[in-house]
Amino acid sequence: MKPRFRLFPQAAIAFILLFSSILHAQDWVHTGTNLGQDRIRLAAAEFKPLSVDPQTPSLKAVFDATLYSDLSAAGIFDIVSRSLAPQANPGTPQEINLQQWAEAPANAAMVAFGSLSASGGRLTVQGWLFDVRNTANPQVLGKQYTNAASQDAARLIAHEFADDIILRLGGGINGIAETKIYFISTRTGSKEIWCMDYDGQNQHQITHLGSISLSPRIAPDNSRLAFASLGRDGWAVRMYSLDLGRLVAFPAGVAGGSNQSPAWSADGAHIAFSSSRSGDSEIWLADASGGNLHRLTNFKGPNVAPTFNPRTNGQIAWAGGRTGEPQIYTMDLDGGNVQRLTDMGYAVSPSWAPNGALLTFSWNRKYGPGDPGGQDIYVMDIASLRWLQVTHEAGTNDYPSWAPDGRHIAFERNIGGHTQIWTMLADGTQQRQLTAAGNNTMPNWSWK
Amino acid sequence: MNRQFRALSFVVLVVVMVAVAGCNKKKASTPPATATAPPVSTPAAAPVAQITATPNVISAGDQVVLTWRTADATSVSIDGIGDVPTSGVKTVTPTESTSYHLVARGEGGSADATARVTVNAPPAVVVPSTTASLDDEFKAGVQDAFFDYDTYDIRADAQAVLVRDASFLVAHPDIKVVIGGYCDERGSSEYNLALGQNRADAAKNALVAAGVAASRIRVVSYGKEKPFCSESTEECWQQNRRAGFSLDR
Repeated sequence: MKPRFRLFPQAAIAFILLFSSILHAQDWVHTGTNLGQDRIRLAAAEFKPLSVDPQTPSLKAVFDATLYSDLSAAGIFDIVSRSLAPQANPGTPQEINLQQWAEAPANAAMVAFGSLSASGGRLTVQGWLFDVRNTANPQVLGKQYTNAASQDAARLIAHEFADDIILRLGGGINGIAETKIYFISTRTGSKEIWCMDYDGQNQHQITHLGSISLSPRIAPDNSRLAFASLGRDGWAVRMYSLDLGRLVAFPAGVAGGSNQSPAWSADGAHIAFSSSRSGDSEIWLADASGGNLHRLTNFKGPNVAPTFNPRTNGQIAWAGGRTGEPQIYTMDLDGGNVQRLTDMGYAVSPSWAPNGALLTFSWNRKYGPGDPGGQDIYVMDIASLRWLQVTHEAGTNDYPSWAPDGRHIAFERNIGGHTQIWTMLADGTQQRQLTAAGNNTMPNWSWK
Repeated sequence: MNRQFRALSFVVLVVVMVAVAGCNKKKASTPPATATAPPVSTPAAAPVAQITATPNVISAGDQVVLTWRTADATSVSIDGIGDVPTSGVKTVTPTESTSYHLVARGEGGSADATARVTVNAPPAVVVPSTTASLDDEFKAGVQDAFFDYDTYDIRADAQAVLVRDASFLVAHPDIKVVIGGYCDERGSSEYNLALGQNRADAAKNALVAAGVAASRIRVVSYGKEKPFCSESTEECWQQNRRAGFSLDR
């Protein structure tokens, strides 16, 4: 019954305190988010329509909703509710009354505002970010965006503006509003690779192979997808070119047995994957072109799901079954310096945070026959091996994937036999379900 | 999916065959290969006749075994074959669909019976009927091996099964097999793919050790992608933790 006290460092988000009890695993308390640093109180004004084009109202509605959603989801702002914002929506710096935004009830520290006009099939958005307290020189950002006058383009412009704001106010870390999530969906009847915007919009099918495809992994430059697919002679790691819209050769991934769970290094130079071609499932490493293939591990039992340390590209974490149920291990790129990170249960699907210091993975700490347990997402600080459970008492959770900002994690959650893709902040807050049609699994967040 | 498709096409084939038989011959009954004449109720015992053909659907050039039995008959003949003993077995090789019409005559009257053999020519592409019988033989002779939770060690019961499987395969050197590795629904898909591979490999190694040539065995892991059973119960999970055998075509 000894209570455990864990102090957990998290990039950008200051400190999270978690009290948990070993015997009462169901009791969990989550206190003191963002200790030591207040979130910036940011208001996003409704943009002012400057044109009378009949499309304008619908484009403005999409733009406003997307911008508000992006800034809310960023995880670094305390967003001023629309109902607390001043009635007037300023379209230019001349029209804004900073005092109105600084006062109660808005109490904003920053305000994003601007105008939007559609004409001749083009949508033009003028966006500003003002520091409300710096009345002498309030402008932090002023930028013009143009694109086609379509709902998709209005969403894209809102994402760009949101990312520009997040980059300036979020410690120089790029926002993720323009990133994609690749995943597996059954909605056509077979498991194919699909893609969506980070907020669940714009879901569309990538592959049409009619087989079973698993483990999509997007290249750091967004040019290619590595994935595993079932053929007559078992599983092959295959490569789909998003530029060409078709499969391209990856000869290293085709051999007898199961070749699966690929991973890109952050520089795009290497691909690691699991292969049973030597008679047991091991981690192998190849150049991205498929050359220079060699084996890294030589451990009994399954060895799957490699992930590179994206900061150094010099380490790989993976799930290995050498002691029975799978545990998370790390090793250097030459196969040396093997360390075991988890001490019990069933731990799989590691994903390495962009800062190189944290791993997220799926862990069932009480896995075993007759033990229902719970399979949840955890985040571990690799240096100290301290960990934090970030999902609780909601379904079976697997395949966490870090977003490039290091603040967000995508994952799959199975409730009652239905699996969907969710995102959350890395401390487990702001959980959002992104998919609903069919079963959707194995999310992989793009690198940019 | 493949297995379901094969089963479906077999059912369709049988249905079509029954329909065809029904069109061609008024007297055809179900099953079409066997017809039993009702005994005529006269004081002198009326003959009784029965004839069957096995199999009743073949490809041209394949053999069919006719088996017939009669009672209270003095002379028995089959159209196209001639006089035959009152009961017997004969192998025939029909080249086209044939009704083997047996007539038994006795003091109490006569009785007849018909066995219909459908000959598929050219041989059916989807389901050659020879493999339908080979399938049955294979299913009878080769059983799946089951595993404990999160392991790929061959259990004692699975070892006994694999020894029997190996002796069947040794006795049928023309057969090639696929071993599918299957896992229950728990845990991650990626880990289960590797686990399923290890289970199928373990079964393959056991067969090779018992004298089956490795070149006759193909191994595919299905992990938890193609479960036999979808309940979240231990019975169902046990059904899904297996090395499953099927004919490799």
